[in-house]
Amino acid sequence: MHPHDARPIGPPAGPAPAAAPLPLEVTGITKVFRTKRRGPFSRRKTGPPRKRAALDSVSFKVPEGEIYGILGANGSGKSTLIRILCTLLLPDRGQVRVFGHDVAKEPAAVRPLLNRVSVDPSFFKPLSALENLLFFGRAYGIDGPEVRRKSKEILHRLGIDDEHMREPMLHLSRGQQQKVAVARAFLSAPRLMLLDEPTTGLDPRSKREVQAFITEVRRETQTTILLTTHDMDEAEQLCDRMGFLSGGRLVAEGTPLELRKQVAAGRSLEEVDMETVFLELTGRSIEEDEDEDEAENEGSAGPEEVAD
Amino acid sequence: MTTVELVRARPPSRVGLGWAFFERQTNLWKRYWAWEVVWLVYGVVNTLAITFIANEAGRSATVPKGEIPRLTMFLLIGTLVWAYLSAILDDMSLTIMWERWEGTIEHTLMAPVPRVVHLIGMSVFGVIHALLRTILIMVCALPFFDVQLAGADWLTAAVVIAVGSVSLVGLGILAGILPLLYPERGEQMSFMVQALVLLVSGVYYSVAVLPGWLQAVSAFSPATYLLRGIRDALLNGTALNDEAGLVGILALFGVVLVPASLIVFGVAERWAKKTGRLKRQG
Repeated sequence: MHPHDARPIGPPAGPAPAAAPLPLEVTGITKVFRTKRRGPFSRRKTGPPRKRAALDSVSFKVPEGEIYGILGANGSGKSTLIRILCTLLLPDRGQVRVFGHDVAKEPAAVRPLLNRVSVDPSFFKPLSALENLLFFGRAYGIDGPEVRRKSKEILHRLGIDDEHMREPMLHLSRGQQQKVAVARAFLSAPRLMLLDEPTTGLDPRSKREVQAFITEVRRETQTTILLTTHDMDEAEQLCDRMGFLSGGRLVAEGTPLELRKQVAAGRSLEEVDMETVFLELTGRSIEEDEDEDEAENEGSAGPEEVAD
Repeated sequence: MTTVELVRARPPSRVGLGWAFFERQTNLWKRYWAWEVVWLVYGVVNTLAITFIANEAGRSATVPKGEIPRLTMFLLIGTLVWAYLSAILDDMSLTIMWERWEGTIEHTLMAPVPRVVHLIGMSVFGVIHALLRTILIMVCALPFFDVQLAGADWLTAAVVIAVGSVSLVGLGILAGILPLLYPERGEQMSFMVQALVLLVSGVYYSVAVLPGWLQAVSAFSPATYLLRGIRDALLNGTALNDEAGLVGILALFGVVLVPASLIVFGVAERWAKKTGRLKRQG
């Protein structure tokens, strides 16, 4: 048995009161993208726009204090899901509730409750880490001196020294920039944290530091975390439960132990690694890219309207 | 292991949130001070190049000699007001475009900041930034010309600029919509809108010289009234009382344009969220 499977599921300090709304409740979310028509001087023929369901009737719930992992290959719909959760994309069908608030209808109530680390550490690169964090901290209603103090504290914990904090971010490595992105997200102490492949592209040491920080914050603040990743080891190490996303559909869900049991078929659980579980439950390898990103990069448009 | 203490964000004041955007723009401006020098030099050279046309008109006797100081002031006011207006519009559209390319637009739009506070915070910086740059251009350009300002009514000019700036904030917010929706072409599209304002507002000539249909269009540009009011104040010394009607029109533009631009920005943001256009480009 994997050591993680012995760990109790859910919040370390006991379950939330029965009446309390769940941190995250996703019900039948669907999002379809269409590729755009070509411009008047394009050599490609215009034709009917290509439709693709980036998410197809996805439903799951995350209780307070849990780390829930969404595992899927590149293009499986993970980032689309995160964008819907953090009010940046409107679903075509279905509903997402964050602590009882509908993300599409009550975005102003949802936004103070969550924050996000995206796979790309997006910053104003000419500004320093501290200047960037000062802006984003203030945007979440934290006073300037408090932002500076907390930023330094978190960045120190993540291994960024004072000198690097004051350099323009374009001088920082990819790993250092991602750590600043983690600091930005945790600065506002969100009750629901959305981590969209937070360690992709990091060197092993930075990866360990970020993972340790996530574990520590979860333990001390009981922050509920949704983690998307295609790193099986990371998912097993951090997540209480996980769901497999493939072709925009959530095809399996459970604890690592439950998922292993589903495919063990008489084999010892130690013999069944998570990659095998993913392969058997989704019918494809996690390394096999799907084409969600391609569709979006070509210029996505909503279901009713075709761009340009 | 060091313990990290996190503080839950609390409901912030609107001024504090607006200040976040003002402060961010100031920090960006400090990092890009060399670009500011470039734009200042460009602004001064542009002002000189256009205003020297008055001297040429005098030399070639195209305009009676006695009219040259007035023509000089007419062109000088036009170039300076245009520098001011275009700096406000550029600030808004460049910042939105920049956020699209850096990918920060997603983090900015998901922050718990009311859109009105976000956009007004950026606009206030844009107005102050544009005003400072225009004053510097004026200070650099004035020594080149024989300018007579003895009869100018500065109070009227100041009121016209202050009231007119509100409507320019509305135009600035509208200018930011195009890069929000079209990150690759939005900035060029906003230049096109600026060019239309330049054509119809009487920046370098009176709107009376325009064809009738363009004169009709000019009535819908707040820059038309801004230029007229400043020229009346500085060239003719018109008192504030006599400009009350024009100031009222400018105020009306502000009252209509600012809320309208916020509503249009909101519609555009919703459409961008529906079609997945906020994803990082670049």
